[in-house]
Amino acid sequence: MLKIGKSEFDEIRRHGEETYPHECCGVLLGQMREDERVVTSIARCGNTRVDSPQNRYHIDPRELVRVQREGRERGEDIIGFYHSHPDHPACWSQTDLAEAHWFGCSYVITSVEKGKAAITNSFELSGSDESDKEFLDEKIEVERAKT
Amino acid sequence: MTKINIPTPLRQYASKQPTVEVKAGTVAEALSGLVAKHPDLRRHLYTDEGKLRSFVNVYLNDEDVRYLQKEATAIKDSDTISIVPSIAGGW
Repeated sequence: MLKIGKSEFDEIRRHGEETYPHECCGVLLGQMREDERVVTSIARCGNTRVDSPQNRYHIDPRELVRVQREGRERGEDIIGFYHSHPDHPACWSQTDLAEAHWFGCSYVITSVEKGKAAITNSFELSGSDESDKEFLDEKIEVERAKT
Repeated sequence: MTKINIPTPLRQYASKQPTVEVKAGTVAEALSGLVAKHPDLRRHLYTDEGKLRSFVNVYLNDEDVRYLQKEATAIKDSDTISIVPSIAGGW
């Protein structure tokens, strides 16, 4: 299960609307627990796939190093990633799976249809190594802001 | 000692530690020291032929070692090595 605050959830979706018709991408930071990941902040990232941004994304590892360092200073770990699928379902593709290597992390995908965020789904990358990796459907629990 | 940051997916193979310290003079020696301490990491970092997997990025502080001297890059005690698996995809 992925637990995320409404503010961070809305931010992920908004990012996809802002970059439409290109894919957006970013990092989920927080804590890993036994059967769940809890998001405490997100970090927007640039998409280096300027050759095909409408259906491909790539995060510069240099940016990940910075995000990881800044997250560590706040007591957060990288627990997942998000990206958008412009005018395409919020389902993982063979490309998404082939390029996924952060086992035990959440991969969140938002479909953005004609510029509006539609469905957001999350998938856990499961398996022991590259030979048996798979995406498992994961429930997203959006926590309302405390008043 | 040089610090090596272990990404979340690999910590289970490094006794759940977020960082591992090794004494080494080059990136190659540091990674060798790492897998010597934690042998289960080897297959996740290296192919059967002993090469770093293509999706494993190794950073020395803020520099990708591919653009330095690769695994022959010299390191100091105050340096930090980060192992960063690639993030990419798309529909």
